[in-house]
Amino acid sequence: MVMDAPTNPLDATFAALADPTRRAILARLASGNATVNELAEPFDMTQPAISKHLKVLERAGLISRDRDAQRRPSRLEPRRLAEASAWLDQYRQFWEASFARLDAVLEELKPRKKSRERSSRR
Amino acid sequence: MLFYPESFKVSTPTDREIEVERDFNAPRQLVFDAFTKPELVRRWLLGPDGWTMPVCEIDLRVGGAYRYVWRKESTGMDMGMGGVFREVVRPERLVATEKFDDAWYPGEAVDTTIFKEKGEITKVTVTVLYESKDARDTATRSGMERGMVAGYDRLEQILASFSTER
Repeated sequence: MVMDAPTNPLDATFAALADPTRRAILARLASGNATVNELAEPFDMTQPAISKHLKVLERAGLISRDRDAQRRPSRLEPRRLAEASAWLDQYRQFWEASFARLDAVLEELKPRKKSRERSSRR
Repeated sequence: MLFYPESFKVSTPTDREIEVERDFNAPRQLVFDAFTKPELVRRWLLGPDGWTMPVCEIDLRVGGAYRYVWRKESTGMDMGMGGVFREVVRPERLVATEKFDDAWYPGEAVDTTIFKEKGEITKVTVTVLYESKDARDTATRSGMERGMVAGYDRLEQILASFSTER
């Protein structure tokens, strides 16, 4: 299995995600592709300012832009985002799912209280 | 039936550690058993759906070994890890080494599990200490490649996690 190179390939991604405007742009793109114009409007920013952010996001692999289309709409690349967030979230998700099961196991092991209801357990 | 998922916390106390914390609505001895008896551990220590634990052996004494093998049912892929207990204080504290079979990060990690009584509730804290920051970062990142992580469908949640962590 091929593993990550020793240098952190996600550094650019983390740097890109550190900026609130860029996170907002990604959130906007999650609901559909958008052109620079369409992005500039809700953020109340100039097109060059938005373009700068898009360049950072593109370099970080978080979005892609269609080279050929006239208006070059930006598209979210969810895979890179998932990789970046996996850094801590793999622990979060592994344990969260496991602990939810553990709740059920503990409930089953507990000495039964008097209540006659809730006898739906196996 | 009361659960405490809101008490669930993942943090990085130092740059070599990762810590997971959670409250359970059960007496400490019971929670300790659930963490140390193989027939119980293999029922819950599974991560996201789709994994089973065909091997779960625990020799609960100082110097005793434990061994876990997880299997992804859809592909038959196995992932094994194990280690040796360094401290066993029933039902309060466990310290054990941890190493994955095809270790993709350098050295052994050391897990410390603490069971604290808070009235009716038991607070569990699991801290994994890696040999270096690099080892920790590599270990945590590669879980994704191994499919031990559920899919991402809620972007907002991911973005929110970045805005609080950074």
